[in-house]
Amino acid sequence: MGFDFNVLWQYKELLLHGLMVSFQLTLVAIAGGIVLGTFLALMRMSRLRVLSALAGLYVNFLRSLPLILVIFWFYVLAPKIVGHPIDAYSSVLITFILFEAAYYCEIIRAGISSVKRGQVQAGLAMGLTHLNMMRYVVLPQAFRNMLPVLLTQSIIMFQDTSIVYIVGVRDFLTTADVVANSTNRPIELYTTVAVTYLVICFAASRLVGRLQRSYAL
Amino acid sequence: MNYSWDWGLLFREPYVGWIASGFATTCILATYAWLIAFSVGSVIGVFRTLDNKILSTIGTVYVEIFRNIPLLAQMFIWYFVIPELLPHDAQIYVKRGMPNPQFWTAVVALGLYTASRVAEQVRSGIQSIPSGQRAAALAMGFTSTQVYRYVLLPIGFRTVIPSLTNDFLGVFKNSSLALTLGVMELTATARQIEEYSFQSFEPYAAATVLYSCVTLLAITLMRYLERRTRITGTASAGGQ
Amino acid sequence: MIEMSHVSKWYSSFRVLDDCSLKIQKGEVVVICGPSGSGKSTLIKCMNGLEPFQKGEVLINGISVGARGTNLPQLRSRIGMVFQNFELFPHMTVLKNIALPQIKILNRSRAEAEARAEQLLDRMGLKVQAQKFPAQLSGGQQQRVAIARALAMDPLAMLFDEPTSALDPEMINEVLDVMVALAQEGMTMAVVTHEMGFARRVADRIVFMDEGAIVEDAAKDEFFGTPRSDRAQLFLSKILQH
Repeated sequence: MGFDFNVLWQYKELLLHGLMVSFQLTLVAIAGGIVLGTFLALMRMSRLRVLSALAGLYVNFLRSLPLILVIFWFYVLAPKIVGHPIDAYSSVLITFILFEAAYYCEIIRAGISSVKRGQVQAGLAMGLTHLNMMRYVVLPQAFRNMLPVLLTQSIIMFQDTSIVYIVGVRDFLTTADVVANSTNRPIELYTTVAVTYLVICFAASRLVGRLQRSYAL
Repeated sequence: MNYSWDWGLLFREPYVGWIASGFATTCILATYAWLIAFSVGSVIGVFRTLDNKILSTIGTVYVEIFRNIPLLAQMFIWYFVIPELLPHDAQIYVKRGMPNPQFWTAVVALGLYTASRVAEQVRSGIQSIPSGQRAAALAMGFTSTQVYRYVLLPIGFRTVIPSLTNDFLGVFKNSSLALTLGVMELTATARQIEEYSFQSFEPYAAATVLYSCVTLLAITLMRYLERRTRITGTASAGGQ
Repeated sequence: MIEMSHVSKWYSSFRVLDDCSLKIQKGEVVVICGPSGSGKSTLIKCMNGLEPFQKGEVLINGISVGARGTNLPQLRSRIGMVFQNFELFPHMTVLKNIALPQIKILNRSRAEAEARAEQLLDRMGLKVQAQKFPAQLSGGQQQRVAIARALAMDPLAMLFDEPTSALDPEMINEVLDVMVALAQEGMTMAVVTHEMGFARRVADRIVFMDEGAIVEDAAKDEFFGTPRSDRAQLFLSKILQH
C-alpha cells in the first residue's frame, strides 16, 4: 500500500483551480452577505414593527435550517420562479449570500448594540443629526467591535463552501474528490484537502487573534 | 409558474414512511453525535484550562485540528482514509463486519467535530469565572479535581447553556451532511421523494418544517434549563 | 507556627517580593500594611502556596509549603483564608458553602458538617440566612459567612487578605468585630489591612511593607509610637487621618 503523492503534483493545476473557486465563492459570499446582513440588521433595529418583524422572521428561519436544505430549496425554487434553469454555480452563490446574511445580520446587530448608550447620547447632545451620529460615532466603534467576529464567521464560511460538493460545483474538495476517484488515491487527496484547509483556517484565525489584540480598546 | 401542488403526497405511503424514517435517522444520528461531542468536548475544554502543559497542549491541538477542517472533509477522511490506516483486523471489521458503516462514520465525524466547538464553550465558561473563586477553593484545601467538580464546572456549565444549545442545534443541522456518505437522513429523504414523485416543493417543505420544529423545541428546552439552573440572586446573563 | 525565610518572587524583571522573612508564633496576631503595590497580598498568598515563589522557604508547623512532596491541599485545609471579594461559591446556599468543604475535605458526615455550620452562623447572628444564596446577602454578611466557612475547618491559623477593602463603610465594623473576637479567643492571625484602628486594638505586631520588602516589623506599641523608617511614618500619617 504505497502512498503516491506525485498524484498531487500531476493534478496541481486542477486542484489549484478548485481552491481558487473556493476562495472566489467565499469572497463573493462574504461581500454579499455583509451588505445584505447590514441591511437586515438595520431593519431589525428599526422602530417600524413590520420591518423588524420581517427581518427577524427571515433571520430566525434561515438560522434554523441546514445549509444543504437551503441549497436544495434554491436549486429547485429559483428556476421555477425565474422561468429558466440556473447553473449550479450561480445558484449556490446566491444561496450562500442569502444564508450567510442571516448570520452576519446578528453579528452586526450585536456590534451596533455594543456601542454604549452614553456615546449615542453624547453625540446627540453635541447636536449631531441621527444620521451623522451613526456615521461618525456609532458605526466606526461598532465596526471595530464586530470585526473579529465577522472575520471568524468568514473563516467558517470558507469551510462551508465545501458543501457545494453536493451540487457538483468544482471547488477544492469536489475537485479533490474527482481526482481521488479517477486516480484511486483517496488517502493522498483527502489528506491534502484536510491539511490545506487546516493551514489556511488556522493561519487566518491567528491573524484575527492578532488583530483583536492590536486594537483592544 | 406551472406547478401542480400535491400536499397529500406527504401523507401517503410510501412517502410518509420515508419522511418518518428520515427524520428518525436524523434524530438518532444527532443524538449519538451530541453524546460524543458533549463528553469529549467537556474533557478537552477542561484540558485547555489546566496548568498541566501536556494536557493543555493536547486540548489546543485537538481544537485547532477539528475546527479548522470543514466537516465534509472530515467525514471523507473518516470514511475513506482512516480505515486504510487501521491495523488489519480493525480494517476488516470496519469495512465488512460493522453494520451501517456510513451511519457510524457520520456519527463519529460529526461528534468529534462538534466536540471542538463544545470544548471552546466549556473553556470560555470556566475562564469567565473570576480567578478568586479558584483561589478560594484551593485555599480551603480542595484538590484540583475537587475545585473543578464543585466550583468551576457547575458555574461554568450554567454560564454556557445558551452557547451549548447553539452547538446542539448545529449538530442537528450538520447531520444533513451525512447524506454525502449515503445516509438516508431527513434532507436525503426529501431529495429522494422529489426524485420519485417529481414534486419539488412538498418534500423540502416537510423537511423544513421538521427542522424548524426541532429548533423551536431546543430553544424552549434551553430557556427551561436556564431558568432551572439559574444561580439565585444573580441577574441572568443569558438570552440571545 | 508560620515561618517565612528569605522569600523572593519576581516576574521577568519586576520584583514582587524581595527577601521577605517573617515569623508568626501561635496565638499571635500580625497585621501587614503598606501602600498599594507593596506586595502584601502576594506575601500572604505565599503563606498557603496560592502564589508560588522562586526563592526562599515557607514553613507551616515545620512543613514546607514549596517542597515537592508536600500535600498542599491537606496543608491548606489547616489554614483558613478570607479574601477581599469574599469569594463565596455563588451556586451554593450559605449553609452548603460552609458544610461542603468539611464533608469533602475533612470527611465529616453531613449532619456533623451542617451542625457546625449552623453553630458558626448562629455565633455571627446569621442563622436566618442559612438557606439563602450569596448574591442575596449584603457584603458584610457575605464576608462574615466567608469567615465562618474558614472557621468551620477548625484551622490552626487564619489569613485575611484585605477583608474589609471591598465593603461599604457601614459594614466594615460588623466584620472587624468578628475578627476582634477571634483574636481575643487566641486564634493565630495574619491580616493584610488598612484598618489601623483594628491593628491598634488586637495586633501583637505590625509589619510594614514597601516595594516588595518588609521595611518594618515591630511590636504594636513600638510601631505606633516611634516607627523607625520614613516611609512607614509617611504611610501612617496618611492613613491615620481617618
